[in-house]
Amino acid sequence: MSLKLIHSPIKALVWKVEVEAGQPIEEYDPLIILESMKTEIPVDSSLSGIVREVLVKEGDSVEENQPLVSIEAAL
Amino acid sequence: MTPSSPPFAKVLIANRGEIACRIIRTCRRLGVRTVAVFSDADEGSLHTLMADDAVLIGGARAAESYLNIAAIIDAARKTGCEAIHPGYGFLSENANFAEACDAAGICFIGPSAATIRSMSYKGAARQIAESCGVPLLPGYDGDEQDEAFLANEAERIGWPIIIKAVAGGGGKGMRRVDAPAQFPRNLAAARREAQSAFGNDQVLLEKFLVEPRHIEVQILADSHGKVVSLFERDCSIQRKHQKVIEESPAPGMPEDMRAEMISAAVRLAAQVGYEGVGTVEFVADVSAGLRVDRFYFLEMNTRLQVEHPVTEMITGLDLVEWQLRVAAGEAIPFDREGITRTGHALEVRLCAEDPSKMFLPSPGELTRFDLGSEVCGLRIETGLRQGDKVTPYYDSLLAKLVVHAASRDEAIRTLGDRLQIIQVEGLKSNRLLLQRICAHPDFTAGGVSTTFIERNAEVLLAPEASAPAAT
Repeated sequence: MSLKLIHSPIKALVWKVEVEAGQPIEEYDPLIILESMKTEIPVDSSLSGIVREVLVKEGDSVEENQPLVSIEAAL
Repeated sequence: MTPSSPPFAKVLIANRGEIACRIIRTCRRLGVRTVAVFSDADEGSLHTLMADDAVLIGGARAAESYLNIAAIIDAARKTGCEAIHPGYGFLSENANFAEACDAAGICFIGPSAATIRSMSYKGAARQIAESCGVPLLPGYDGDEQDEAFLANEAERIGWPIIIKAVAGGGGKGMRRVDAPAQFPRNLAAARREAQSAFGNDQVLLEKFLVEPRHIEVQILADSHGKVVSLFERDCSIQRKHQKVIEESPAPGMPEDMRAEMISAAVRLAAQVGYEGVGTVEFVADVSAGLRVDRFYFLEMNTRLQVEHPVTEMITGLDLVEWQLRVAAGEAIPFDREGITRTGHALEVRLCAEDPSKMFLPSPGELTRFDLGSEVCGLRIETGLRQGDKVTPYYDSLLAKLVVHAASRDEAIRTLGDRLQIIQVEGLKSNRLLLQRICAHPDFTAGGVSTTFIERNAEVLLAPEASAPAAT
Protein backbone atom coordinates (compact mmCIF):
# COMPACT_ATOMS: atom_id res chain seq x y z
CA MET A 1 0.00 0.00 0.00
CA SER A 2 1.50 3.34 -0.95
CA LEU A 3 1.35 6.44 1.17
CA LYS A 4 1.35 9.85 -0.48
CA LEU A 5 1.93 13.21 1.16
CA ILE A 6 0.06 16.30 0.00
CA HIS A 7 2.22 19.41 0.41
CA SER A 8 1.45 23.10 0.84
CA PRO A 9 2.06 25.04 -2.40
CA ILE A 10 2.88 28.20 -0.47
CA LYS A 11 3.67 29.78 2.90
CA ALA A 12 0.24 30.32 4.41
CA LEU A 13 -2.16 29.80 7.29
CA VAL A 14 -4.45 26.79 7.62
CA TRP A 15 -7.94 28.21 7.44
CA LYS A 16 -10.09 25.08 7.19
CA VAL A 17 -9.44 21.35 7.44
CA GLU A 18 -12.03 19.59 5.28
CA VAL A 19 -11.14 15.94 6.01
CA GLU A 20 -10.33 13.63 8.94
CA ALA A 21 -8.26 10.49 9.38
CA GLY A 22 -9.93 7.35 8.05
CA GLN A 23 -12.11 9.22 5.56
CA PRO A 24 -12.30 7.88 2.00
CA ILE A 25 -11.70 10.55 -0.63
CA GLU A 26 -11.74 10.93 -4.40
CA GLU A 27 -9.23 12.70 -6.61
CA TYR A 28 -9.93 16.48 -6.63
CA ASP A 29 -11.76 16.40 -3.29
CA PRO A 30 -10.88 19.43 -1.16
CA LEU A 31 -8.53 18.53 1.72
CA ILE A 32 -7.39 21.80 3.23
CA ILE A 33 -8.18 25.45 2.58
CA LEU A 34 -5.18 27.68 3.15
CA GLU A 35 -5.31 31.42 3.59
CA SER A 36 -2.64 33.88 2.63
CA MET A 37 -2.92 37.64 2.23
CA LYS A 38 -6.73 37.53 2.43
CA THR A 39 -6.89 34.98 -0.39
CA GLU A 40 -8.27 31.45 -0.04
CA ILE A 41 -6.09 28.74 -1.56
CA PRO A 42 -7.81 25.35 -1.75
CA VAL A 43 -5.59 22.25 -1.62
CA ASP A 44 -7.29 19.34 -3.38
CA SER A 45 -6.35 15.69 -3.35
CA SER A 46 -4.27 14.50 -6.28
CA LEU A 47 -5.44 10.90 -5.82
CA SER A 48 -8.26 8.71 -4.56
CA GLY A 49 -7.78 6.79 -1.34
CA ILE A 50 -8.13 7.04 2.40
CA VAL A 51 -6.90 9.87 4.60
CA ARG A 52 -4.27 8.32 6.86
CA GLU A 53 -3.33 11.43 8.84
CA VAL A 54 -4.05 15.16 8.89
CA LEU A 55 -0.71 16.73 9.81
CA VAL A 56 -1.91 20.29 10.51
CA LYS A 57 -4.78 21.92 12.36
CA GLU A 58 -6.82 25.04 11.76
CA GLY A 59 -4.87 28.16 12.68
CA ASP A 60 -1.45 26.61 12.03
CA SER A 61 1.01 28.46 9.87
CA VAL A 62 2.71 26.32 7.25
CA GLU A 63 5.76 26.73 5.05
CA GLU A 64 5.98 26.10 1.33
CA ASN A 65 6.29 22.33 0.66
CA GLN A 66 5.29 21.41 4.21
CA PRO A 67 3.28 18.13 4.27
CA LEU A 68 -0.40 18.74 5.11
CA VAL A 69 -2.16 15.40 4.73
CA SER A 70 -1.03 11.81 4.14
CA ILE A 71 -3.21 9.63 1.94
CA GLU A 72 -3.23 5.89 1.40
CA ALA A 73 -3.74 5.36 -2.31
CA ALA A 74 -6.74 3.29 -3.40
CA LEU A 75 -5.78 0.02 -5.03
CA MET B 1 -7.93 78.22 2.83
CA THR B 2 -6.61 75.81 5.43
CA PRO B 3 -7.30 76.81 9.02
CA SER B 4 -4.14 76.62 11.09
CA SER B 5 -5.08 75.03 14.41
CA PRO B 6 -4.74 71.23 14.73
CA PRO B 7 -8.17 69.53 14.58
CA PHE B 8 -7.25 67.11 17.38
CA ALA B 9 -4.43 66.90 19.93
CA LYS B 10 -3.91 63.14 19.63
CA VAL B 11 -5.24 60.49 17.26
CA LEU B 12 -4.96 56.69 17.30
CA ILE B 13 -4.55 55.02 13.92
CA ALA B 14 -6.34 51.66 13.93
CA ASN B 15 -4.49 50.25 10.96
CA ARG B 16 -1.07 49.18 9.67
CA GLY B 17 1.20 49.34 6.64
CA GLU B 18 1.22 52.08 4.06
CA ILE B 19 -2.09 53.66 5.05
CA ALA B 20 -1.06 54.00 8.71
CA CYS B 21 2.20 55.67 7.61
CA ARG B 22 0.32 57.96 5.24
CA ILE B 23 -2.14 59.08 7.96
CA ILE B 24 0.70 59.68 10.42
CA ARG B 25 2.45 61.97 7.90
CA THR B 26 -0.57 64.25 7.62
CA CYS B 27 -1.13 64.25 11.39
CA ARG B 28 2.47 65.29 11.92
CA ARG B 29 2.17 68.14 9.40
CA LEU B 30 -0.95 69.37 11.21
CA GLY B 31 0.65 69.14 14.67
CA VAL B 32 -1.55 66.19 15.74
CA ARG B 33 0.20 63.61 17.95
CA THR B 34 -0.23 59.97 16.86
CA VAL B 35 -0.56 56.54 18.45
CA ALA B 36 0.04 53.45 16.31
CA VAL B 37 -1.28 50.00 17.17
CA PHE B 38 0.40 46.78 16.12
CA SER B 39 0.10 43.01 16.25
CA ASP B 40 2.80 40.50 17.22
CA ALA B 41 3.61 40.12 13.51
CA ASP B 42 4.16 43.86 13.05
CA GLU B 43 6.54 44.56 15.91
CA GLY B 44 9.13 47.12 14.80
CA SER B 45 7.37 47.83 11.50
CA LEU B 46 7.55 51.27 9.94
CA HIS B 47 4.21 52.64 11.15
CA THR B 48 5.07 51.85 14.78
CA LEU B 49 8.35 53.77 14.46
CA MET B 50 6.78 56.78 12.73
CA ALA B 51 4.08 57.33 15.35
CA ASP B 52 4.73 59.21 18.59
CA ASP B 53 3.62 56.16 20.53
CA ALA B 54 2.81 52.53 19.68
CA VAL B 55 0.67 49.97 21.51
CA LEU B 56 0.70 46.18 21.08
CA ILE B 57 -2.94 45.08 20.72
CA GLY B 58 -2.74 41.33 20.12
CA GLY B 59 -1.75 38.35 18.04
CA ALA B 60 -0.80 38.22 14.39
CA ARG B 61 -4.24 37.17 13.18
CA ALA B 62 -6.31 40.22 12.35
CA ALA B 63 -9.21 38.96 14.50
CA GLU B 64 -6.91 39.16 17.54
CA SER B 65 -5.48 42.60 16.78
CA TYR B 66 -6.57 44.96 13.98
CA LEU B 67 -10.18 43.71 14.26
CA ASN B 68 -10.12 43.62 18.05
CA ILE B 69 -12.49 46.46 18.96
CA ALA B 70 -12.02 46.18 22.73
CA ALA B 71 -8.21 46.20 22.53
CA ILE B 72 -8.17 49.21 20.21
CA ILE B 73 -10.62 51.27 22.31
CA ASP B 74 -8.58 50.34 25.39
CA ALA B 75 -5.34 51.50 23.71
CA ALA B 76 -6.98 54.80 22.74
CA ARG B 77 -8.20 55.37 26.29
CA LYS B 78 -4.88 54.53 27.92
CA THR B 79 -2.94 56.83 25.61
CA GLY B 80 -5.45 59.69 25.90
CA CYS B 81 -6.50 59.84 22.22
CA GLU B 82 -9.47 62.01 21.32
CA ALA B 83 -10.12 60.34 17.99
CA ILE B 84 -9.51 57.13 16.02
CA HIS B 85 -8.72 57.01 12.32
CA PRO B 86 -9.66 53.56 10.96
CA GLY B 87 -7.82 53.81 7.60
CA TYR B 88 -9.28 51.40 5.03
CA GLY B 89 -10.15 47.72 5.40
CA PHE B 90 -10.20 46.21 8.93
CA LEU B 91 -12.73 48.18 11.05
CA SER B 92 -13.18 51.13 8.70
CA GLU B 93 -16.71 50.14 7.63
CA ASN B 94 -17.73 48.41 10.84
CA ALA B 95 -20.76 50.18 12.33
CA ASN B 96 -20.27 48.40 15.67
CA PHE B 97 -16.79 49.89 15.93
CA ALA B 98 -18.10 53.39 15.18
CA GLU B 99 -20.69 52.86 17.95
CA ALA B 100 -18.06 51.54 20.38
CA CYS B 101 -16.00 54.69 19.76
CA ASP B 102 -19.05 56.89 20.46
CA ALA B 103 -19.81 54.95 23.64
CA ALA B 104 -16.21 55.43 24.82
CA GLY B 105 -16.40 59.17 24.14
CA ILE B 106 -13.85 58.90 21.32
CA CYS B 107 -14.44 60.50 17.93
CA PHE B 108 -14.63 57.95 15.09
CA ILE B 109 -13.12 59.63 12.03
CA GLY B 110 -15.75 58.68 9.47
CA PRO B 111 -19.50 58.80 8.98
CA SER B 112 -22.05 57.82 11.65
CA ALA B 113 -22.74 54.19 12.50
CA ALA B 114 -26.22 54.58 10.97
CA THR B 115 -24.79 55.79 7.66
CA ILE B 116 -22.24 52.96 7.56
CA ARG B 117 -25.04 50.48 8.21
CA SER B 118 -27.41 51.88 5.59
CA MET B 119 -24.74 51.63 2.89
CA SER B 120 -23.42 48.21 3.88
CA TYR B 121 -26.64 46.35 3.02
CA LYS B 122 -26.93 46.06 -0.73
CA GLY B 123 -30.72 46.07 -0.74
CA ALA B 124 -30.98 49.12 1.53
CA ALA B 125 -28.32 51.00 -0.42
CA ARG B 126 -30.15 50.30 -3.71
CA GLN B 127 -33.41 51.60 -2.26
CA ILE B 128 -31.80 54.81 -1.05
CA ALA B 129 -30.10 55.28 -4.42
CA GLU B 130 -33.40 54.74 -6.22
CA SER B 131 -35.17 57.23 -3.96
CA CYS B 132 -32.85 60.03 -5.04
CA GLY B 133 -32.79 59.23 -8.72
CA VAL B 134 -29.40 57.49 -8.88
CA PRO B 135 -29.46 55.06 -11.83
CA LEU B 136 -29.49 51.36 -10.91
CA LEU B 137 -28.45 48.40 -13.01
CA PRO B 138 -31.69 47.04 -14.53
CA GLY B 139 -32.68 43.89 -12.68
CA TYR B 140 -35.25 41.93 -10.71
CA ASP B 141 -34.70 40.95 -7.07
CA GLY B 142 -38.20 40.16 -5.82
CA ASP B 143 -39.69 37.05 -4.21
CA GLU B 144 -41.70 35.88 -7.26
CA GLN B 145 -39.64 32.95 -8.59
CA ASP B 146 -41.97 31.40 -11.18
CA GLU B 147 -40.02 30.47 -14.32
CA ALA B 148 -42.37 32.17 -16.80
CA PHE B 149 -42.42 35.32 -14.68
CA LEU B 150 -38.61 35.42 -14.45
CA ALA B 151 -38.30 34.84 -18.21
CA ASN B 152 -40.55 37.86 -18.75
CA GLU B 153 -38.44 39.94 -16.37
CA ALA B 154 -35.29 38.87 -18.26
CA GLU B 155 -36.93 40.02 -21.49
CA ARG B 156 -37.78 43.37 -19.89
CA ILE B 157 -34.17 43.83 -18.60
CA GLY B 158 -32.74 42.98 -22.02
CA TRP B 159 -30.22 40.27 -23.02
CA PRO B 160 -27.61 39.33 -21.98
CA ILE B 161 -28.61 38.94 -18.35
CA ILE B 162 -26.97 37.25 -15.38
CA ILE B 163 -28.76 34.97 -12.92
CA LYS B 164 -27.35 35.20 -9.38
CA ALA B 165 -28.11 33.35 -6.16
CA VAL B 166 -29.73 35.78 -3.69
CA ALA B 167 -27.73 34.20 -0.87
CA GLY B 168 -24.68 33.87 -3.08
CA GLY B 169 -21.07 34.84 -3.42
CA GLY B 170 -17.91 33.54 -4.99
CA GLY B 171 -19.45 32.95 -8.40
CA LYS B 172 -21.57 29.97 -7.28
CA GLY B 173 -25.07 29.94 -8.70
CA MET B 174 -24.13 32.54 -11.29
CA ARG B 175 -25.14 32.02 -14.93
CA ARG B 176 -24.89 34.34 -17.90
CA VAL B 177 -27.75 33.98 -20.41
CA ASP B 178 -27.54 35.53 -23.87
CA ALA B 179 -30.86 34.48 -25.41
CA PRO B 180 -34.39 33.43 -24.34
CA ALA B 181 -33.93 29.82 -25.52
CA GLN B 182 -31.09 29.29 -23.02
CA PHE B 183 -33.03 30.74 -20.11
CA PRO B 184 -34.92 27.70 -18.68
CA ARG B 185 -31.95 25.34 -18.44
CA ASN B 186 -29.63 28.04 -17.02
CA LEU B 187 -32.26 28.99 -14.46
CA ALA B 188 -32.55 25.34 -13.40
CA ALA B 189 -28.76 24.99 -13.11
CA ALA B 190 -28.39 28.22 -11.14
CA ARG B 191 -31.14 27.07 -8.73
CA ARG B 192 -29.46 23.68 -8.22
CA GLU B 193 -26.06 25.28 -7.56
CA ALA B 194 -27.59 27.86 -5.25
CA GLN B 195 -29.50 25.22 -3.31
CA SER B 196 -26.45 23.00 -2.79
CA ALA B 197 -24.04 25.86 -2.01
CA PHE B 198 -26.25 28.11 0.12
CA GLY B 199 -29.32 26.01 1.00
CA ASN B 200 -31.51 28.61 -0.73
CA ASP B 201 -32.49 28.44 -4.40
CA GLN B 202 -33.89 31.96 -4.72
CA VAL B 203 -32.29 33.89 -7.58
CA LEU B 204 -32.14 37.47 -8.83
CA LEU B 205 -31.67 38.75 -12.36
CA GLU B 206 -29.39 41.55 -13.47
CA LYS B 207 -28.37 43.09 -16.74
CA PHE B 208 -25.02 41.55 -17.75
CA LEU B 209 -22.45 44.08 -18.90
CA VAL B 210 -20.14 42.60 -21.52
CA GLU B 211 -17.69 45.49 -21.48
CA PRO B 212 -17.90 47.19 -18.07
CA ARG B 213 -15.90 50.06 -16.71
CA HIS B 214 -15.60 50.90 -13.05
CA ILE B 215 -15.80 54.63 -12.40
CA GLU B 216 -16.24 56.15 -8.95
CA VAL B 217 -16.82 59.62 -7.53
CA GLN B 218 -14.94 60.98 -4.51
CA ILE B 219 -17.15 62.80 -2.03
CA LEU B 220 -16.23 65.10 0.85
CA ALA B 221 -18.99 66.22 3.23
CA ASP B 222 -19.06 68.12 6.51
CA SER B 223 -21.40 68.06 9.51
CA HIS B 224 -23.03 71.33 8.38
CA GLY B 225 -24.76 69.82 5.36
CA LYS B 226 -22.22 70.67 2.69
CA VAL B 227 -21.35 67.95 0.15
CA VAL B 228 -18.52 68.57 -2.31
CA SER B 229 -17.46 66.19 -5.07
CA LEU B 230 -13.78 65.83 -5.93
CA PHE B 231 -14.25 64.39 -9.42
CA GLU B 232 -14.09 60.80 -10.60
CA ARG B 233 -11.53 58.00 -10.63
CA ASP B 234 -11.45 55.26 -13.24
CA CYS B 235 -10.55 51.93 -11.61
CA SER B 236 -11.30 49.63 -14.52
CA ILE B 237 -7.96 47.83 -14.66
CA GLN B 238 -8.67 44.95 -12.29
CA ARG B 239 -7.67 41.36 -11.63
CA LYS B 240 -10.04 38.96 -9.85
CA HIS B 241 -12.27 41.93 -8.90
CA GLN B 242 -9.35 43.78 -7.30
CA LYS B 243 -8.20 47.15 -8.57
CA VAL B 244 -4.71 47.25 -10.06
CA ILE B 245 -4.52 50.72 -11.65
CA GLU B 246 -6.61 53.81 -10.87
CA GLU B 247 -6.62 57.15 -12.65
CA SER B 248 -8.31 60.49 -13.02
CA PRO B 249 -9.74 61.91 -15.22
CA ALA B 250 -11.47 58.81 -16.63
CA PRO B 251 -10.12 58.42 -20.18
CA GLY B 252 -12.61 59.48 -22.83
CA MET B 253 -15.43 60.37 -20.42
CA PRO B 254 -17.85 62.86 -21.99
CA GLU B 255 -18.50 66.02 -19.94
CA ASP B 256 -22.27 65.41 -19.73
CA MET B 257 -21.67 61.95 -18.30
CA ARG B 258 -19.12 63.27 -15.80
CA ALA B 259 -21.53 66.01 -14.67
CA GLU B 260 -24.43 63.56 -14.29
CA MET B 261 -22.37 60.95 -12.42
CA ILE B 262 -21.00 63.56 -10.03
CA SER B 263 -24.47 64.97 -9.47
CA ALA B 264 -25.85 61.47 -8.73
CA ALA B 265 -23.06 60.82 -6.20
CA VAL B 266 -23.66 64.16 -4.46
CA ARG B 267 -27.43 63.47 -4.27
CA LEU B 268 -26.81 60.08 -2.68
CA ALA B 269 -24.35 61.48 -0.12
CA ALA B 270 -26.75 64.31 0.75
CA GLN B 271 -29.66 61.85 1.06
CA VAL B 272 -27.89 59.83 3.78
CA GLY B 273 -26.50 62.90 5.56
CA TYR B 274 -22.98 61.78 4.79
CA GLU B 275 -20.03 63.14 6.78
CA GLY B 276 -16.36 62.74 5.91
CA VAL B 277 -14.80 61.30 2.78
CA GLY B 278 -16.61 58.57 0.88
CA THR B 279 -16.78 57.08 -2.56
CA VAL B 280 -19.77 56.30 -4.73
CA GLU B 281 -18.92 53.49 -7.13
CA PHE B 282 -20.57 53.06 -10.51
CA VAL B 283 -20.30 50.56 -13.30
CA ALA B 284 -20.52 51.88 -16.86
CA ASP B 285 -21.62 49.85 -19.87
CA VAL B 286 -19.17 50.83 -22.60
CA SER B 287 -20.40 48.45 -25.31
CA ALA B 288 -21.48 51.60 -27.18
CA GLY B 289 -18.80 53.88 -25.71
CA LEU B 290 -19.09 55.96 -22.52
CA ARG B 291 -22.62 57.38 -22.45
CA VAL B 292 -24.50 59.53 -19.98
CA ASP B 293 -27.42 57.04 -19.94
CA ARG B 294 -25.26 53.94 -19.44
CA PHE B 295 -23.89 54.08 -15.91
CA TYR B 296 -25.29 52.41 -12.81
CA PHE B 297 -24.84 52.58 -9.03
CA LEU B 298 -22.74 49.77 -7.56
CA GLU B 299 -22.13 50.70 -3.92
CA MET B 300 -20.90 53.41 -1.60
CA ASN B 301 -17.68 52.97 0.35
CA THR B 302 -17.95 54.87 3.61
CA ARG B 303 -14.22 55.34 4.18
CA LEU B 304 -10.96 56.54 2.68
CA GLN B 305 -10.11 54.50 -0.44
CA VAL B 306 -6.78 52.87 -1.21
CA GLU B 307 -6.64 54.98 -4.39
CA HIS B 308 -7.39 58.36 -2.74
CA PRO B 309 -3.93 59.77 -3.67
CA VAL B 310 -5.08 59.96 -7.31
CA THR B 311 -7.65 62.56 -6.27
CA GLU B 312 -5.13 64.36 -4.07
CA MET B 313 -2.70 64.66 -6.97
CA ILE B 314 -5.19 66.32 -9.33
CA THR B 315 -6.87 68.58 -6.75
CA GLY B 316 -3.94 69.44 -4.47
CA LEU B 317 -6.13 68.62 -1.43
CA ASP B 318 -5.05 66.34 1.42
CA LEU B 319 -8.05 64.06 1.99
CA VAL B 320 -6.80 62.82 5.36
CA GLU B 321 -6.49 66.42 6.55
CA TRP B 322 -10.11 67.03 5.56
CA GLN B 323 -11.22 63.82 7.24
CA LEU B 324 -9.70 65.11 10.48
CA ARG B 325 -11.06 68.64 10.10
CA VAL B 326 -14.59 67.52 9.24
CA ALA B 327 -14.57 64.99 12.10
CA ALA B 328 -13.59 67.82 14.44
CA GLY B 329 -16.66 69.77 13.29
CA GLU B 330 -15.02 72.25 10.93
CA ALA B 331 -16.99 73.46 7.92
CA ILE B 332 -15.60 72.90 4.44
CA PRO B 333 -14.62 76.43 3.33
CA PHE B 334 -14.67 75.79 -0.43
CA ASP B 335 -17.16 74.72 -3.09
CA ARG B 336 -16.75 72.38 -6.03
CA GLU B 337 -16.22 75.44 -8.22
CA GLY B 338 -13.35 76.48 -5.98
CA ILE B 339 -11.44 73.29 -6.73
CA THR B 340 -9.43 73.12 -9.90
CA ARG B 341 -8.42 69.86 -11.40
CA THR B 342 -5.04 69.89 -13.11
CA GLY B 343 -3.37 67.32 -15.27
CA HIS B 344 -3.71 63.54 -15.05
CA ALA B 345 -2.90 61.20 -12.17
CA LEU B 346 -2.36 57.42 -12.17
CA GLU B 347 -1.77 54.98 -9.34
CA VAL B 348 -0.50 51.40 -9.53
CA ARG B 349 -0.66 48.86 -6.73
CA LEU B 350 2.56 46.91 -6.36
CA CYS B 351 1.60 43.61 -4.73
CA ALA B 352 3.31 40.47 -3.42
CA GLU B 353 1.74 37.98 -5.80
CA ASP B 354 2.60 35.85 -8.80
CA PRO B 355 0.65 36.95 -11.90
CA SER B 356 1.86 33.92 -13.85
CA LYS B 357 0.28 31.59 -11.25
CA MET B 358 -3.25 33.02 -11.07
CA PHE B 359 -2.04 35.80 -8.75
CA LEU B 360 -1.06 33.35 -6.00
CA PRO B 361 -0.04 35.36 -2.92
CA SER B 362 3.71 35.49 -2.32
CA PRO B 363 4.76 36.25 1.23
CA GLY B 364 8.47 36.40 2.00
CA GLU B 365 11.37 38.59 3.04
CA LEU B 366 12.11 41.68 0.98
CA THR B 367 15.80 40.98 0.43
CA ARG B 368 15.85 43.93 -1.95
CA PHE B 369 13.25 46.71 -2.01
CA ASP B 370 14.29 49.83 -3.85
CA LEU B 371 11.50 51.97 -5.31
CA GLY B 372 13.73 54.98 -5.93
CA SER B 373 12.99 58.34 -4.35
CA GLU B 374 9.93 60.54 -4.53
CA VAL B 375 10.31 63.35 -7.04
CA CYS B 376 7.99 66.12 -8.15
CA GLY B 377 4.94 64.42 -9.67
CA LEU B 378 5.79 60.96 -8.30
CA ARG B 379 4.60 59.85 -4.90
CA ILE B 380 5.47 56.56 -3.20
CA GLU B 381 3.27 55.14 -0.45
CA THR B 382 4.65 52.15 1.43
CA GLY B 383 4.94 50.78 4.94
CA LEU B 384 7.85 48.49 4.12
CA ARG B 385 11.64 48.69 4.03
CA GLN B 386 14.30 46.44 2.56
CA GLY B 387 14.76 43.49 4.94
CA ASP B 388 11.14 43.54 6.16
CA LYS B 389 9.14 40.33 6.17
CA VAL B 390 5.84 40.32 4.29
CA THR B 391 3.63 37.89 6.22
CA PRO B 392 0.61 35.86 5.10
CA TYR B 393 -1.54 37.55 7.77
CA TYR B 394 -2.53 40.72 5.92
CA ASP B 395 -3.09 41.97 2.38
CA SER B 396 -0.50 41.75 -0.37
CA LEU B 397 -0.01 45.47 -1.02
CA LEU B 398 3.70 46.35 -1.02
CA ALA B 399 3.48 49.93 -2.25
CA LYS B 400 1.52 52.39 -4.33
CA LEU B 401 3.25 54.48 -6.97
CA VAL B 402 1.27 57.59 -7.88
CA VAL B 403 2.23 59.89 -10.73
CA HIS B 404 0.90 63.28 -11.77
CA ALA B 405 1.69 64.94 -15.08
CA ALA B 406 0.23 67.43 -17.52
CA SER B 407 -1.16 64.69 -19.76
CA ARG B 408 -2.15 61.01 -19.49
CA ASP B 409 0.59 60.03 -21.96
CA GLU B 410 3.24 61.75 -19.90
CA ALA B 411 1.95 60.22 -16.65
CA ILE B 412 2.00 56.71 -18.15
CA ARG B 413 5.53 57.28 -19.48
CA THR B 414 6.82 58.44 -16.08
CA LEU B 415 5.18 55.48 -14.38
CA GLY B 416 6.48 52.97 -16.92
CA ASP B 417 10.02 54.33 -16.58
CA ARG B 418 9.93 54.02 -12.80
CA LEU B 419 8.41 50.52 -12.90
CA GLN B 420 11.29 49.41 -15.07
CA ILE B 421 13.99 50.42 -12.58
CA ILE B 422 12.45 49.57 -9.21
CA GLN B 423 13.81 46.45 -7.54
CA VAL B 424 11.71 43.98 -5.57
CA GLU B 425 13.46 40.75 -4.61
CA GLY B 426 12.87 37.94 -2.12
CA LEU B 427 9.26 37.40 -3.15
CA LYS B 428 7.18 37.45 -6.33
CA SER B 429 5.61 40.76 -7.28
CA ASN B 430 3.38 42.10 -10.05
CA ARG B 431 6.00 44.70 -11.09
CA LEU B 432 6.38 43.28 -14.59
CA LEU B 433 2.61 43.07 -15.11
CA LEU B 434 2.26 46.76 -14.19
CA GLN B 435 5.11 47.67 -16.53
CA ARG B 436 3.53 45.66 -19.36
CA ILE B 437 0.15 47.32 -18.84
CA CYS B 438 1.77 50.77 -19.06
CA ALA B 439 3.37 49.73 -22.36
CA HIS B 440 0.25 48.12 -23.85
CA PRO B 441 -1.11 50.07 -26.85
CA ASP B 442 -4.77 49.49 -25.84
CA PHE B 443 -4.10 50.89 -22.37
CA THR B 444 -2.15 53.90 -23.61
CA ALA B 445 -5.00 54.57 -26.07
CA GLY B 446 -7.42 54.72 -23.11
CA GLY B 447 -9.08 51.38 -23.85
CA VAL B 448 -9.63 50.36 -20.26
CA SER B 449 -12.28 47.93 -19.03
CA THR B 450 -12.53 45.39 -16.24
CA THR B 451 -11.82 42.60 -18.73
CA PHE B 452 -8.56 44.19 -19.95
CA ILE B 453 -6.12 41.94 -18.05
CA GLU B 454 -8.11 38.78 -18.85
CA ARG B 455 -8.36 39.66 -22.53
CA ASN B 456 -4.64 40.33 -22.79
CA ALA B 457 -3.51 37.59 -20.40
CA GLU B 458 -1.15 35.99 -22.86
CA VAL B 459 0.91 39.16 -23.26
CA LEU B 460 0.51 40.52 -19.74
CA LEU B 461 0.85 37.46 -17.51
CA ALA B 462 3.62 35.45 -19.19
CA PRO B 463 6.52 34.58 -16.85
CA GLU B 464 9.50 36.92 -17.08
CA ALA B 465 11.84 34.62 -19.04
CA SER B 466 9.50 34.11 -21.98
CA ALA B 467 8.50 37.75 -22.22
CA PRO B 468 9.64 39.91 -25.11
CA ALA B 469 12.69 41.96 -24.16
CA ALA B 470 11.90 45.31 -22.56
CA THR B 471 12.67 48.25 -24.75
